Amino acid sequence: MQTTLSLSQLTRQFGVSLRLLPLSVIVCSGFYTLLVLLAAQLAPYSSSGSLLRSDKGVVVGSELIAQQFTQPKYFWSRPSAASWNAAGAGGSNLSPASLALRKRSEKLLAAFALKKGEDLPTDLVTASGSGLDPHISLAAARFQAARVARARGLSLDQVMAVLDNPANGKTTIPLVHESLVNVLQLNRSLDRLPK
Amino acid sequence: MLLLVVLVLLLPALLSWPLGQAMARLIDPAETSGYGRLTSRFFSKIGGEGALEEQGWKSYLVSMMVFNVLMFAFVAIILAMQHSLPLNPDGKGPLELSLIFNTVASFVTNTNLQHYSGEVSMSYFSQLFGLMWLQFVSAATGIAALVALARALGGKKTVGNFYLDLMRTAFFVLLPLALLVALLLLAGGVPMTMDGAAVAHTLEGATQTIARGPVAAMEAIKQLGTNGGGFFGPNSTHPFENPSFLTNMLECMSIVLIPMAAVWMFGRITGRMRDAAVIFAVMMALLVLKAGAAVWLEGYPAAALSGLPVELASNLEGKELRFGSGAGALWAAVTTATSNGSVNCMHDSLNPLTGLVPLAGMWMNVVFGGVGVGLINMFIFIIVGVFICGMMVGRTPEYFGRKVETPEMTLALLALLVHPALILGGTALFAATPLGAATVLNTGAHGFTEILYEFTSAAANNGSGFEGLGDNTAPWNIATGLVMLLGRYIPIILPLAIAGSLSAKKPVPVTAGTLRTDTLLFGLIILGSVVFIGALLFLPVAVLGPVADHLTAVMH
Repeated sequence: MQTTLSLSQLTRQFGVSLRLLPLSVIVCSGFYTLLVLLAAQLAPYSSSGSLLRSDKGVVVGSELIAQQFTQPKYFWSRPSAASWNAAGAGGSNLSPASLALRKRSEKLLAAFALKKGEDLPTDLVTASGSGLDPHISLAAARFQAARVARARGLSLDQVMAVLDNPANGKTTIPLVHESLVNVLQLNRSLDRLPK
Repeated sequence: MLLLVVLVLLLPALLSWPLGQAMARLIDPAETSGYGRLTSRFFSKIGGEGALEEQGWKSYLVSMMVFNVLMFAFVAIILAMQHSLPLNPDGKGPLELSLIFNTVASFVTNTNLQHYSGEVSMSYFSQLFGLMWLQFVSAATGIAALVALARALGGKKTVGNFYLDLMRTAFFVLLPLALLVALLLLAGGVPMTMDGAAVAHTLEGATQTIARGPVAAMEAIKQLGTNGGGFFGPNSTHPFENPSFLTNMLECMSIVLIPMAAVWMFGRITGRMRDAAVIFAVMMALLVLKAGAAVWLEGYPAAALSGLPVELASNLEGKELRFGSGAGALWAAVTTATSNGSVNCMHDSLNPLTGLVPLAGMWMNVVFGGVGVGLINMFIFIIVGVFICGMMVGRTPEYFGRKVETPEMTLALLALLVHPALILGGTALFAATPLGAATVLNTGAHGFTEILYEFTSAAANNGSGFEGLGDNTAPWNIATGLVMLLGRYIPIILPLAIAGSLSAKKPVPVTAGTLRTDTLLFGLIILGSVVFIGALLFLPVAVLGPVADHLTAVMH
């Protein structure tokens, strides 16, 4: 029972390991993955990446993944350190006390042309961890509503009505009660408004 | 927000009680158990007699090392050949050699430090049959080691059979739990597909390639087995790994569930539930303290934004909005208390003092800790606590009815010093030379913290990172690879040697003069030895890194 580290003992141990290792690969990687894949067939939309399609069936993005918006007629996503690259995501990793972050924020602020005394919602100057955060805060959406209305030739009330409709991407986080808007869903709804 | 913190810590604590009982029965079944006979017959049929016989602590460790060597070899081959293996719809190429060494060392040691980005570098085959497989068996290795330690401390001369423990843990504890969590994640919107990346034509007319894959399967075991290595580069910040508030809660609770249950399992196998309760209470107190501190410190706005026309809010750099405020800091505390190392916000972008919380967690590495090994680490602090008390009253210290003498203390101190030696030595070398100094993203004290964090995470087998660091270089890959291996196996081998040496001694009768280890008083002693020995060793680097970072930010 108590053994020394002899060569024959060691060979024997390798023998046992070599027989059990394939079993564990088959069960933990093969069998398990297969079961989860089978279950995933029950939710084909989300298990293939929550892809949104245009009326013609072309994929326009994923409900869960932010994309870049630069035109004034669209609500803009949060800044992305990964340039909204959904095949190589990441954050800025800048220290929140760094000069680099301050410089980046000043540059971002300039794009919003703030009025005197007006403050920008924080999520619009901070990059998310993944660079793909699909949401902005409700405050950040309201802040952009006037620009969007002007660019689309709509009244502010019309844009606000779209924004406040939960069917267009507005959600409230349980427990903490913070309101967010899914930017891609919101912009899609705006594009679909009858002209 | 307070409700979120309470729920995430309380629910797993409640569930850990029945799970700990189930784990004890599933991994260490009674002689009379039909399940026990059936499974041992099955595994010995495939593995041979060697998967059945009772082992002493030495041959148990030999089996463990042999299996771990083969784990290493098997996955190294997979990663090296991934370009010619199946399940590679996006055509991922071969990986660089030092990166293969680092990655395999990382997943074999249950660390999951990632110097690569999953969606950029790994084929689905590598993810599922290489990395995810290791997430099962490395976690099972850690739990098996704890079971062996518990049997030895419970007074047994033999400590069971490694293969049997490993297989029972992987198949009957980890697999069912992972399946359950994976199904819940599917319901929560996590993708699970073998199709390659999707190509989208965005509303503004650009093309966006959206990487996806069999995420749900890996996500579940990644969280449950204190692994932490994500399918995607940015880990659980990525919307596909963690799509909503609810999946975030589920994943955060999955991090602590098994480490908590392991304490109760230890109590059942040793037959000392009161001792387990004291250990649990100490760990819980430290976890609440860590979580509270992180959430509070991260509520402050980013210093870089002060004076700019921006609304005052908590620090949002590196955070996702859908988890709600406070969720990032809470996760940071939990993932570094246990040695999980997954993240749902970027630790490099935590406020400087908040960054101290994950660091402190990994320095102690006993606040529930890695599956199995967290409690093994705690055992060393308990032995030290017992020893100090013995010295104070002038009696030979005892633990679980066995005398703790010079040989055990020598091993305990060695085990205690490995951790700081690896962290401080590595940090000193890399901070003083271009090896590390040329790879930092942020300047000054924050850059130093990036290096310190990397070595801390490697030594603690945690795997989270201050990801600004450009760590995919040969020196970083080799150095942290070695640190992970040493930081994994020495803290398993030495404690088992201590326990083996204790179990070989004659039990001493309990008298009125015996120091009881199942009391509140002894809990405070463990707490003291963890805080004073485990954490204070690192005070100088804490001042040079996060504290200096905070003070410079305040002065500007």
